[in-house]
Amino acid sequence: MEQLTQTIQSVPLNHYILFSSIIFAIGVIGVLIRRNAIVIFMSIELMLNAVNLLLAVFSVYHGDPAGQVFVFFVMALAAAEVAVGLAIIVMVYRNTHSIDINVLNRLKW
Amino acid sequence: MRVEQIIFYALAAMVLGSALLVVTIRNLVRSIFLFFVALISLSGLYIFASADFIAIAQIVIYVGGVLVLMLFAFLLSNKELLNNLSRPVNRLINISSLPGFLLASAFLFVLISAILNTEISWLGYVQQNHFQPGDNTVHNIGISIMTRYLLPFEAVSMFLMMALIGAAHLARKGQKI
Repeated sequence: MEQLTQTIQSVPLNHYILFSSIIFAIGVIGVLIRRNAIVIFMSIELMLNAVNLLLAVFSVYHGDPAGQVFVFFVMALAAAEVAVGLAIIVMVYRNTHSIDINVLNRLKW
Repeated sequence: MRVEQIIFYALAAMVLGSALLVVTIRNLVRSIFLFFVALISLSGLYIFASADFIAIAQIVIYVGGVLVLMLFAFLLSNKELLNNLSRPVNRLINISSLPGFLLASAFLFVLISAILNTEISWLGYVQQNHFQPGDNTVHNIGISIMTRYLLPFEAVSMFLMMALIGAAHLARKGQKI
């Protein structure tokens, strides 16, 4: 158990934070530059995963399992989001025969 | 450098590289399977943060559920893409995606400068480090779900059921919505 603690502590907290923010920024890039709806969904999943990792790490440092409980809530919300979003993508493909989101410009002002 | 640190940084590099490829590669099939690599490596990072139950849940939920759902959506949406897998890759940065890159890198710059300016070890619980590896077991997570966070848990379960019914209704064939 002591060795496990040392293993976790051998990676400083700052590196976790920097890593998570880089992953989050990659997700932002994916949402901004891609036009494929499925890739945009994967980028959103990447952002959620970055936040999840940071929640888990801070809960370990705090010695409190509440952070991990919230990771489960975020995972459940991500699963629901993907289910509904992919159903919407399938409907969009049936109606427009494309999943390029630039086709969906009818509500554009 | 200890061997655990080497494993950590190798996993982190795998996640970073595959995530970058997910958002930049042109082919959707490759991007979905690279997302698989990113999720598996990320579950290794969860194990490093001693959140082993979350690592298992990550594999079960994301790799077993979300990724298969994405493959289904891909198969239902564009069938032609599998035919031209060996198509030459377009330029990585074309002029239309330049504002997105700039905005995202500015965002990353703000985030990282804020992190570097913050003295993270100033936080009390990071300093005193009363972390015991036994604190984060499945036992404690289950107890705190069933006691302190029972209402959010039930709300999430209702929400999940509503979302699944809605998704099944949306994706149904036949009648128009």
